Amino acid sequence: MKSDDFACMISRSEPGPGDGGRTGSWRVQRPVIDTAKCIPAKTGKPSCFTCWLFCPDAVVTKTIPPTIDYVYCKGCGICAEECPAGAISMEDESRFITEENDKGCI
Amino acid sequence: MHLIESGNVAAATGVKLSRAQVIAAYPITPQTPLTEKLSEFVAEGSLTAEYIPVESEHSAMAVCIAASSAGARAFTATSANGLLYMNEQLHWAAGARLPIVMCVANRGIGAPWTVWNDHQDSISQRDGGWIQLYANDHQQIIDTVIKAFRLSEIVSIPVMVCYDGYLLSHTYMPFEAPDQDRVDAFLPLFSPKNKLDPDQPSNFNTVTLPDVRPDVRGNLAPGYMEIRHTLHQDMRNSMEVLKDIDQAFLDAFGRGGTPFVEPYRCDDVEHVVVCMGSLSYHMRDVIDQLRSEGVNVGVMGVQLYRPFPDQAMVSALSGKRSVMVFEKALSYGNQGALYADIKSALYNVDRRPLISNHILGLGGREIKTQHLYDAVKQACGNPETLGDTPHWIGLKCQAS
Ligand code: SF4
Ligand code: SF4
Repeated sequence: MKSDDFACMISRSEPGPGDGGRTGSWRVQRPVIDTAKCIPAKTGKPSCFTCWLFCPDAVVTKTIPPTIDYVYCKGCGICAEECPAGAISMEDESRFITEENDKGCI
Repeated sequence: MHLIESGNVAAATGVKLSRAQVIAAYPITPQTPLTEKLSEFVAEGSLTAEYIPVESEHSAMAVCIAASSAGARAFTATSANGLLYMNEQLHWAAGARLPIVMCVANRGIGAPWTVWNDHQDSISQRDGGWIQLYANDHQQIIDTVIKAFRLSEIVSIPVMVCYDGYLLSHTYMPFEAPDQDRVDAFLPLFSPKNKLDPDQPSNFNTVTLPDVRPDVRGNLAPGYMEIRHTLHQDMRNSMEVLKDIDQAFLDAFGRGGTPFVEPYRCDDVEHVVVCMGSLSYHMRDVIDQLRSEGVNVGVMGVQLYRPFPDQAMVSALSGKRSVMVFEKALSYGNQGALYADIKSALYNVDRRPLISNHILGLGGREIKTQHLYDAVKQACGNPETLGDTPHWIGLKCQAS
């Protein structure tokens, strides 16, 4: 047997969305950004982005306003905890499930 | 070049000839002179390697894991409680499929504290996914180290090269150190299959979900169970590779030919004694004596313990009248580990031998030739009466 016959399978993950699966399904609470309170949204200037910096899953965009990719946001709540403006609230996921199931998401 | 040196120096010379690139070790008796010798080689410039002194065996293995992941040929060595201290990292190295080579100068495990030889340390690591090879003398130590690098790098599984503490590690024996250019021809430079690469960033061995999952490209990535199943299959298949390597070594250096078990005067015998390490050579004197007295017995040393060479066991032992397994370790509360493994390998053969288990030499208790002679002679005389419970050889008193 040759070297190529061995170690064909190891655990390896590459940077990119979705390597851990659709982690959005883990969520019990959903972070929702209130653009009336969010600093860059309010001022129109690229500033703050603390949520983008802290999100362990890199699902927050560095845009005005910041947006969250709910396919992969696992609902940890770190962004809400860190937001200096109190602009992110964690809302019960069950509120959204019905609507999105209807749309065929997640 | 022929040398008269200790087993530890034989191991160090093998590592040097194999051109290990990263060596990380923490000194522990009786392995210490091996790592001292390696640091000497590095200091004097005769071995170009990074020698990383660490504060513990756990870190020694962690450094080897990192070095191997970065694509370097990595080596460490330890004994007894040092090996146990590495435990978590040992399992990691195997699961991560890193071809690390480690020498274990076998020593008993505390408590009570002991520095002397038995096999409990490496035997207690038999289930972690490391290949385990046992050397019986100095020549086998140096040869096995060189073969171990080639084996581990082909199959991407770490290899433990075990040899008896003190009995081999500290005694002096003549052995041949092959020429560097011939070792270079036998052992090509390490070209890792998976290594950290800034141009292709990836995470190795992060949380792997119980089930399979799509990766970033949408391809199915294996779950934990698939990865572990592959490790098992590859370990089983590594026996074929070891056989080829042993043959290639024999062709190149004229030594070897017994990759799995090493029988001595076993042809057409009624009884076979099985043991591991230097004990199997010690036993040869006893066999010669008993043969001259007409007892029809041979001895077989076990050189590969994991993966377990069950087919080799079956071909060597099936049809014999009795098999006596002498062991310097046991699975507490049950029996000797080697005994249980051999018994299980022989379960399906047509002519199943009677089999008995003999425990001896724990914590360096002296194994006298007379003890071996008496035990083997008695066992060959009455193999039917021995039963399944281990017989302890050399016990001097028992709890009242
Ligand atoms: S941390 Fe809060 S204020 Fe800052 S960008 Fe994010 S949502 Fe807006
Ligand atoms: S920090 Fe947590 S809750 Fe907020 S967006 Fe990222 S994953 Fe979702």
